[in-house]
This record gives sequence, structure tokens and C-alpha cells, in this order.
Amino acid sequence: MTDAPKRTPLYDLHVELGGKMVDFAGWEMPVQYPMGIMGEHKQCREKAALFDVSHMGQVILRGENVGEKLETLCPQAYATLKEGKARYGFFTNDEGGIMDDLIVSNAGDHFFVVVNAALRHQDIPHMQANLEGVEVTEIFDRALVAVQGPKAEDVVGGLCPAARDLKFMETTLAEINGVECRVSRLGYTGEDGYEISIPEDKAVEITRAFLAHEDCEPAGLGARDSLRLEAGLCLYGNDIDQTTSPVEANLAWAIQKRRKEEGGFPGAARIQKELAEGPSRKLVGIRPEGRAPARQGVEIQSLEGETIGQITSGGFGPTVGGPVAMGYVAAGHNEPGQKVNLIIRGKAQPAEVVALPFVTQNYKR
Amino acid sequence: MATYYSEEHEWITVEGDIATLGITQHAADQLGEVVFVEQKEAGEEFEKGDEIGVIESVKAASEIYAPVDGEVVEVNETLADNPGALNESPEGDAWIYKIKLSDASQLEDLMDLDGYKALIG
Repeated sequence: MTDAPKRTPLYDLHVELGGKMVDFAGWEMPVQYPMGIMGEHKQCREKAALFDVSHMGQVILRGENVGEKLETLCPQAYATLKEGKARYGFFTNDEGGIMDDLIVSNAGDHFFVVVNAALRHQDIPHMQANLEGVEVTEIFDRALVAVQGPKAEDVVGGLCPAARDLKFMETTLAEINGVECRVSRLGYTGEDGYEISIPEDKAVEITRAFLAHEDCEPAGLGARDSLRLEAGLCLYGNDIDQTTSPVEANLAWAIQKRRKEEGGFPGAARIQKELAEGPSRKLVGIRPEGRAPARQGVEIQSLEGETIGQITSGGFGPTVGGPVAMGYVAAGHNEPGQKVNLIIRGKAQPAEVVALPFVTQNYKR
Repeated sequence: MATYYSEEHEWITVEGDIATLGITQHAADQLGEVVFVEQKEAGEEFEKGDEIGVIESVKAASEIYAPVDGEVVEVNETLADNPGALNESPEGDAWIYKIKLSDASQLEDLMDLDGYKALIG
């Protein structure tokens, strides 16, 4: 059996727009367009950028009390998620590690879930096996397009007035060019913006309509990564995985109070213990003082030369104008202002622990 | 004065026993926007195949490998403050080192422009 990378409904459009296509999690996706990663990054921070995120898994959950049942797999309060609202969350394993992160929306007569591309094959069987009485259906015939940036409301609202009325983490069905789409005000860049689920046969037409706006340009996976990193948002497989707990990963904010108190989700013992006593390591922002980027795997040392952790994501932050990184450091070394050394190609480079995010998040609350 | 090219996408222009070394436009285009260059210091010696620097782009870190044996006689220090020059003029102002060749006969193992053009297609 061959595993040729899959193509999204927008593949031909990416090629037409000059996208440089790479294999990402089994999908042929644009890493950048002729504008370049830095230009696309700044486009998103200053105006609006459009990303194809159709490789992500879109799943529909139907049944009685879906939210309550999801609570057996996730530490989030999905039983009380109101219709029209979306909430970030994660599946935890029995050891309190993170199996994947996801966005769950209450769409009224069903729940709409978006999971990472690389983990759809894990997550869907996981839900099918454990959500009793819930019909779990993966959607293969819809594109998912993100329009992000301070001008996103103009770009999307121009074609879809209902989008203007949404607040951050709200979702609705709305017509765009006469086609019913799911429009959600959220994203992965730290900017205001939308993710829009579009029937595949209309995806190119609607994407072209967004790109026809003078302030909207296509952006690839390269800019998506530098944008999320500056915004302090975790990437599954880099910053969070089966071994990292949500408390270590600074994601305790995403576990609602009732769930923290009551438990009742996989790995609750470890997570509640870490909430009470503090974790043994913590994910922090790291700002190298020089210009050398510190990438995934770089060792973090105390000034005394003791190994205290590792970089999990790092690169150049175009908006910051210098290198930025995230990584885990041992408890006691995680306060902002803490000076550390990064071992880059055998040499110690000075850096500082800083509060995340590196840039202010501009969500429309 | 003659210019030679390596399979690692470097160019080397020889004038007497001093040569100027840099990366090709093709390499720069493949790397993407350069954000940092790590260079050796003047006086350091190296052998063919040694790592003599690193170029970090928005995408990844890429090593520079010595195409010949030699010694660094001058470092292009403008790249520290303006690494992006490597995208603008990698075969011009944004040279990386001036080096002293140890063994000029090694140049024969490198390609001329036509050979390099054939390599990159």
C-alpha cells in the first residue's frame, strides 16, 4: 500500500498561487507562498492572512448528552458548554498526559470537534470506543479555512455579515455566497479571526472571494508556526504529548473549576495532585539574548551548568524581531526573569525565562 | 580569476592564493529568509568537509561545509547585523569568508558554472 500524501480541496489553488508544497502529517500543504514566511507572518499581524487547515480532522458527534460523555475523556466542562460556543480542550490519558488537543463546539443538534491532522486516526477510534451511544462521524467533504488578523472581520464579514456578530470562541452556521458554512471566531495565531468549514465543492470559490479582499493574502504552514509560537500556543508533538500534563504545559486555565475539583477524567489523580502541589517542570517562554534561534531539542542549563530542561519549540519571531522559544524547565527555574543558558551547537548562549505570550493576543472578547 | 561551485551549493572565486567563499543564489532561495549566520573567526583552519558555519533561516538551520582545505583570513562581519543580505546578494556583497587555500589542486574536484547549472537543473 502506498501512502501518497493527500490533497485538500484547495490544492490546485495553492499551486496556482505559487505555494511551495511540502508533506505535512501525510498531507501536501503549502509551507509558504511567494510573499515568504516573514511577509506572511506580518500580513497576519497587520492585516489578514488565509490558511488552508483542511488537513485537520473535522468530526461530528451526535447523541444524547454528548457533552457529559466527552467529560469522561477530557478534563473540560463540556456538559455545560452552551449552544453556539466553542471551547479548547484535550484528551488525557490515564497517566495525565495529553493525547491530543482539540476544539469542541456545541452546534445545537450536534457537537463539532476539530482535532490535529496527525492524530485523526487515534482520536476518532478513541471517541468511537469510549463515547457510548454517540455517533462519531468524520467529515471528509468539507474544507477548513482560517482567516486571521485584525482585518479578518472585514474580510469575512464582507461576505458573511453574521460573522461580525460573533465573539471570540463563538460559532454559527451562516451563508457565504449562498452556501451554508460553519463560521467560528477562533484560531491559532493570537489574532482575531475565523475558521470556516466549507463544503468542498464550494471551497475554492469562497476562498477566492476572501482573497479578493485587498487586505487578505494566503499564508502557509511556516507563518502559522511562527505566529502560534509568538502567541504562546502549544503545538502537539512539540510542546505537548502523551508524557506532558496540562498543568506542566501551562494549560490549567483550560480545565474549568468544577472539573478541577471533581475530577472524573483520565489521569485526574496526577493532574489534581499537580494543581495542588505544583508540577515538577513547567512550560515557559524563553528569549535568547543573541540572534541565534534555539530550536526543538536544545538543552536548557542553569547558570551553574546544571541541565534544567529542553526547548520544545523555537525559531525566529518576525513580530518580536528576534529568536523566541518555549521549553520545559524544572520547578524553581520557571519564574520570568530567570537567566539560563541554551546549549546551541555545543556553545552556551545566554537567554531569559519570560512570560508567555511574546505578543499580545488580540481576541475579540 | 575563476569561480568554482560545490555540490553543497557554495561558490568560491579564486584570485591568487586567496579565495572568496559564499553560498549560491539557488541555496539562498531554498533556505528561505535568513535570520542568523554563525561564522568562524579569522585565523581558524579547516579541512574539506568540515562544518565552517551555520545559516539559520525562518525554516531551519543549515550547515556550511568547507569545499576545500584552508584558513579563514577574513570574515564578512556585515552578515551579523544584516543576515538577510544572504537572500539579496549571496553571490555578491553577502560573501561569507575570504580564505587562504592550502591545496589549490582541490579546486579541480569542484564544478564550473555549467556543471553547477546542470546539477540544480
